[in-house]
Amino acid sequence: MKIALMATCLADAMFPQAAIATVRLLERLGHRVTFPPGQTCCGQMHVNTGYLDEAVPVVQHYVDVFDAADFDVAVAPSGSCVGSVRHQQAMVARRAGDTRLAARATALADRTYELSELLVDVLGVTDVGAYYPHRVTYHPTCHSLRMLRVGDKPLQLLRKVAGIDLVELPNAESCCGFGGTFALKNPEVSTAMMADKISDVLSTRAEICTAGDSSCLMHIGGGLSRLRTGVRTLHLAEILASTIDSGAFDASDMSATGGLGTSVEASPKRSA
Amino acid sequence: MSTFLGVPGARPSAADNPLRGDRPFPVAAREAVGNTQLRRNLGRALSTIRAKRAAVVAEVPDWEALRDTASAVKADVMARLPELLEQLERNVTARGGTVHWADDAEEANRIVAEIVTATGADEVVKVKSMATQEIGLNEYLAERGIAAVETDLAELIVQLGHDKPSHILVPAIHRGRAEIREIFLREMSDAPTDLTDEPRVLAMAARAHLRRKFLSARVAVSGANFAIADTGTLAVVESEGNGRMCLTLPDTLITVMGIEKLLPTFSDLEVFLQILPRSSTGERMNPYTSLWTGVTPGDGPQEFHLVLLDNGRTNALADELGRTALHCIRCSACLNVCPVYERAGGHAYGSVYPGPIGAVLTPQLTGMSGHGDVNSTLPYASTLCGACFDACPVKIDIPTMLVELRGRAVDADRDRTIPGGWAAAMKAASWVMSNEKRFAAAESLSKAGRVVAGKKGRISSLPFPLSGWTTSRDLPAPPTQTFRSWWKENRPDDLGVPLPTSAEDPGDPS
Amino acid sequence: MLTRIRTAVAAGASKGPIPPIPREYPTTGSLRPGSDEAVALLVDRLIDYKAEVSTVSAEGLADAVDAALGDAVSVVVPTGLHPDAKVGCERRHRAVHHDGVPAPLTAAELDAVDAVVTAATVAIAVTGTIVLDGSADQGRRAITLVPDVHVVILTVGQIVETVPEGLALLRPTAPLTLISGPSATSDIELSRVEGVHGPRTLRVLIVR
Repeated sequence: MKIALMATCLADAMFPQAAIATVRLLERLGHRVTFPPGQTCCGQMHVNTGYLDEAVPVVQHYVDVFDAADFDVAVAPSGSCVGSVRHQQAMVARRAGDTRLAARATALADRTYELSELLVDVLGVTDVGAYYPHRVTYHPTCHSLRMLRVGDKPLQLLRKVAGIDLVELPNAESCCGFGGTFALKNPEVSTAMMADKISDVLSTRAEICTAGDSSCLMHIGGGLSRLRTGVRTLHLAEILASTIDSGAFDASDMSATGGLGTSVEASPKRSA
Repeated sequence: MSTFLGVPGARPSAADNPLRGDRPFPVAAREAVGNTQLRRNLGRALSTIRAKRAAVVAEVPDWEALRDTASAVKADVMARLPELLEQLERNVTARGGTVHWADDAEEANRIVAEIVTATGADEVVKVKSMATQEIGLNEYLAERGIAAVETDLAELIVQLGHDKPSHILVPAIHRGRAEIREIFLREMSDAPTDLTDEPRVLAMAARAHLRRKFLSARVAVSGANFAIADTGTLAVVESEGNGRMCLTLPDTLITVMGIEKLLPTFSDLEVFLQILPRSSTGERMNPYTSLWTGVTPGDGPQEFHLVLLDNGRTNALADELGRTALHCIRCSACLNVCPVYERAGGHAYGSVYPGPIGAVLTPQLTGMSGHGDVNSTLPYASTLCGACFDACPVKIDIPTMLVELRGRAVDADRDRTIPGGWAAAMKAASWVMSNEKRFAAAESLSKAGRVVAGKKGRISSLPFPLSGWTTSRDLPAPPTQTFRSWWKENRPDDLGVPLPTSAEDPGDPS
Repeated sequence: MLTRIRTAVAAGASKGPIPPIPREYPTTGSLRPGSDEAVALLVDRLIDYKAEVSTVSAEGLADAVDAALGDAVSVVVPTGLHPDAKVGCERRHRAVHHDGVPAPLTAAELDAVDAVVTAATVAIAVTGTIVLDGSADQGRRAITLVPDVHVVILTVGQIVETVPEGLALLRPTAPLTLISGPSATSDIELSRVEGVHGPRTLRVLIVR
């Protein structure tokens, strides 16, 4: 399949390793990955902050970029971005009176998937040949859980990872407290929610907390780092991309980021 | 921040506007987050209620089918509201009741006061009613020399404590037992002097105090959970028995009810009497439900008045999405699953309707007049996690409505000549994100972040407004290379398709 | 006000066609009304909320009512109550007030009465609900509210399984009371206290 990658604006700028891992994973599974180069953002931040007029040019640009690209399906390593594409972009267009843009957005959304959806539902695979010998706990992000209803697809994928010590997260379905601009507009409540999520993560004695959204991981990981817990976050794609040969995720790479995820210096030097 | 009893200094006074607080949500929430007694009481209460609800919902063979029906019935009610209200009026009147129509709080209060005054009574007993709280009835009556005695235990605690309710179902959850004992000793003239703080003892003290009132009351004021259009029947769903007391012993009954509380037919109750108790108290059925139609000679009040209340509901009704907030049956299931409500408590919302439903109902009832209006902060009091939507027995899509209301809050501010900080930032971001070159250029600015992060590779302090992040969280150092830059280097053969030039926008952000 | 409502309803009207109201939920259960299983389920729920339940024969009704009343010295009964039940009330020299004869008891008078005995209209097994409708053998609502002990006489044939089945048997405009347990509150620190207002003791006699 020819799979277009929506890297997401956040991963592109701050967590490229999640997008790189997605590429490596899909290529290892034998697919051709393309990256429509004009892409920027899906518009979620504007929509969720109430700036629906300002979201229109962002959505317009997204739709133009992906409409012009040649691919079978599109994938994003983010439940919230796919949620926005699927449930918000057409609404933004309609609200602005642009039914044509809404129709184009809907058509694109119909072939856009979150990573675990793509792997399990579209590519029909749960064992992606990954190897990751660490103790890991999985946090289901709210958008993937309740908006996309991915169910236990991420867990199905994680269970098949060789060497993994997968431990269940207590109160997994409780929101981590990120909520986009909520983290800045309501920092007290956001932190209080994060405190409980971190407490639950620590109770699992896991080394890694993983999820399908870099945004939530930035929040949870930011708290884990601040408290010097010695626990770090890693995107689901990075775990699934890891093989016995890739060795890209040693502990020694962690010192540069103090537990906030892999340092990207490691990745590009390895075989592309 | 006190750490001893955890009783915060300023409590909202009952005389304030019932639908608008005096502080923006983030400010009120900040104080609440540090209130250890509130956090503990609320956390324990909500996890208990959640477990009970989950257990009884799991027993129901087709819960989702009930939700689907309930949601569709309520949508039908909104679509046919005028004819259903007229049908209700006919049926109530035919059975000896009198129906009044109140545009707003002032009118409703006036109608109730006139009826009470006409009976000659100077005291009324009240069954818990959110609608009467919303209009500030008790305060209005008090100003006219009529004492309104709350008979629901939690409402009694709130009333004697000169407080505001903080939860739809358990309004005094923010009070600990020791506080309640103090309140009773101070405000209840007949409280036993050896009153302990054991819940059973406190409840029995309230029972004795209220029994006297019940047996001598001549006028009662209630709300209603449901009104059936095709029979004129009203329903009150309760646990303590104070409802039955107020609805059957006095001579005169006045029921104040929001216009949205209708159901088309009596048989619709078969759905709602299943979903309400299971969603609210986590029981298969609540202890007492009373159903009455107009006046029954020889049984109960011989004078019955129904006051139909608008008070901003037509604002919500006029919007296709917004009117779904009127489907609410006041079960509070959304409050019980909301992680924000659990940590901020009900008072932070400044309204008698707190929590997720409050965040979408209150701003519609009152309108939002711009960033200076504290109710404009309510739609933002959410991470959009969606737990409320999953729990709602009538399937109100609260997250989508929150986003819609955020849009309205922003629009209410658009005439500001100098845009606020958020508006300016969002406009700039929109400009940057609608063009690849600008986006890539903005990304290159993040290299400065690597300098800030230094050797330790993390950023632990940022200036306002990003300080909101770094007060409690680190940020990783921005990477040495963005993804798109990595792609160009490592996948040079995949050039993608260039955009048509008309999509390039060289203009400025305004 | 109606005009404003009409305008609002029109303004917010759904733009597309409205699908019909789905009714996929079950309205009946698997247990037939009056069946042993339905009775057993009801008894289970009644015991769960600490009502006292006995199954009695029709011939034993007077004895059962007398036993259920125990030490009560005064009883109020609706005028249409089953004669055998009235006989049971009159034992042990109890003062028996027939509500309405000659006049309905006042609230204060009811407060001085120990117990009330009534029939019921229908019982819903799955929720443990007993419904009173103000008929002659159940009386006006005040009499089952004020005394502290309520004895209810049910016949097996009045027991249905589900809420829809139960509601279908009711007269909507009657003064209806659905009782599903003693009154309770969890308003103080969510600690459940039972028996707030209303009878604190419920004794149910199921007549076969």
